[in-house]
Amino acid sequence: MVDRRDERPPTEETGTSRRSFLSRLWLGLGGLALAEYVWLMVEFLRPRPDPAEAAGVLVAGPVEQFELDSVTAFPAGRFYLTRLADGGFLAVSRECTHLGCTVPWMADEGRFVCPCHSSAYDIRGDVLSPPAPRALDIHPVRIENGIVKVDTGRTLKRRYFEASQVARA
Amino acid sequence: MARDRHAKGPEAEEEADGSSGSPPGLPSRLWRSIFRTPLTPRTERERKRVVLNHLVLHMRPVRVPERTIPFRHTFGLGGMSATLVGLLILTGVLLMFVYEPSPDRAYGSIEALRRNVRFGGLVRNVHHWSANLLVFVAFLHLLRTFFTGAFHGARQFNWVIGVLLLIVVLAANFTGYLLPWDQLSFWAITIVTGMLGYLPVIGEGVIRLARGGTEIGSATLINFYTFHTTVIPVTIVGLMAFHFWRVRKAGGVVIPREPADDPADKPATVLFVPSLLMREFVTGLLLVAAVMVLAVALDAGLGAPANPGMSPNPAKAPWYFLGLQELLLHFHPTWAVVILPGLALLGLLAIPYLRYDPPMEGAWFVSETGRSLAVAGALAAVALTPLWVLLDEYVIDWSGWLGGLPPGLSEGLVPAVVALGIIWAVIRLAGRQYGGNRQETLQAAFAFLATALVILTAVGVWFRGEGMALGWPWTP
Repeated sequence: MVDRRDERPPTEETGTSRRSFLSRLWLGLGGLALAEYVWLMVEFLRPRPDPAEAAGVLVAGPVEQFELDSVTAFPAGRFYLTRLADGGFLAVSRECTHLGCTVPWMADEGRFVCPCHSSAYDIRGDVLSPPAPRALDIHPVRIENGIVKVDTGRTLKRRYFEASQVARA
Repeated sequence: MARDRHAKGPEAEEEADGSSGSPPGLPSRLWRSIFRTPLTPRTERERKRVVLNHLVLHMRPVRVPERTIPFRHTFGLGGMSATLVGLLILTGVLLMFVYEPSPDRAYGSIEALRRNVRFGGLVRNVHHWSANLLVFVAFLHLLRTFFTGAFHGARQFNWVIGVLLLIVVLAANFTGYLLPWDQLSFWAITIVTGMLGYLPVIGEGVIRLARGGTEIGSATLINFYTFHTTVIPVTIVGLMAFHFWRVRKAGGVVIPREPADDPADKPATVLFVPSLLMREFVTGLLLVAAVMVLAVALDAGLGAPANPGMSPNPAKAPWYFLGLQELLLHFHPTWAVVILPGLALLGLLAIPYLRYDPPMEGAWFVSETGRSLAVAGALAAVALTPLWVLLDEYVIDWSGWLGGLPPGLSEGLVPAVVALGIIWAVIRLAGRQYGGNRQETLQAAFAFLATALVILTAVGVWFRGEGMALGWPWTP
């Protein structure tokens, strides 16, 4: 005959009995299985490597192709190559730092103006008027043998324009 | 509750049908094995059993208080939401047969749907209008629930479920917004996912997760499509079942009372079938007819195909997030996107868990004092919200006036404290005028914030033109 008292639900005193331990273990394992599924989902939603980003270096062209104080759009690389008046180069991302709209270059005004919330940036990507919280992102520019190359695989965030960001031949 | 004695298991009451002489044939035995109660109940007993014995109906109560039946009490808003979800599922399944979730083909498949599929455009319009109406109706349902005090006691957690449902409905609308892959949808999703970037620390990661990469592209589309067509509908239906069942457990919807009534009075009840069920059915059918008229009259539209290189001017979020986008024009992004909405959501979830002395429910605005306070709050918002928008656009220059401070303070903390101070002052003034306990005072605050949200949304929809500058809706 089985002792019926053993089958009573565990109370405060018997809370650490083998039965209640096993029940908790099973519950824990069930929870673990659920957590694993959540983990799987996160892994599946994790951004996959972007081929455009992996492509890395984009060859923009020879230095003399770009006039002083000019802006050239590179739609494939999603950036503008700007040549400052002093001959330095900057690869300025076209993505507004406010909410990610694409900023067109207004040649007649000499500035980038975001159509979404009218943020404005100068030719160096520095903020002229808010709500943009910081200057446009830049990509590293290398000049090798007179050829301008832009590393679109790397995006540098910056608060302000600084002279050290400019690439020079 | 009063209905618990009716909620005994069906087995407790013995079978009464099939009492006549000869044994029933196979077809009728099959039929009865599926439907154990007659589908068209005639006796009162059958009407109770049909509720208990049906999978769907058993989420509803057997008897409901007679005074909860009239349309004016709830305006059928919960049932309307359920009807719209039904329409959305039916039309959504049809759309899935045609739609192709890839950037190359999405836009073309919608064009093909409109051009080559008979009733294709109509079905899309029904889906579009049902989805937009659902946001609107669910919001009204929230207002009704709040202003009839239907969030005490057994309803506390059902309020939370309702708020979760509203959030999931917004997620459903938002994920669906991207799918046509036209300029409108592409840039709206760009802006709203861009807002996520202002979450502190995790912002950059969340934005990448939401877009499936740094930019909106094929990964974004397939992720949104999968959430829109699987995870979200299943979640909505599950939460809805939970929501309905909790209403049943609370003894039906809140019982309407005049403020002077004695809450201890036992209300007279009627059977759910047919008294309430038929009313709900008629309301649902009329709503379906209304949506159909809307879908025939107003086309959902399809803009130019998405062009990641050119943002339209102005680029706006979907209308239900335009209140949020309007906040962005007045507060530092961290405050507009994270802190203020976060506080609002916390406040919304906290409503049933505050201490009320006494908790009041059933009557609209719970009392005459409550009504006065709610009206005062709403009117104050009608006066002050446009004033704030105008002043902030043309006069106030926080960062200029407070030049030395970082923008998080000068354009975030300072205006937020000023705005919250104004709301606090409004509530104190109204309280001094009308008196009122905590629940009545809360109505003034809630009415203010709800009205302000509506006004900010309206400003975003109609009064923001090129470059998001203020302007009249009728000037091109």
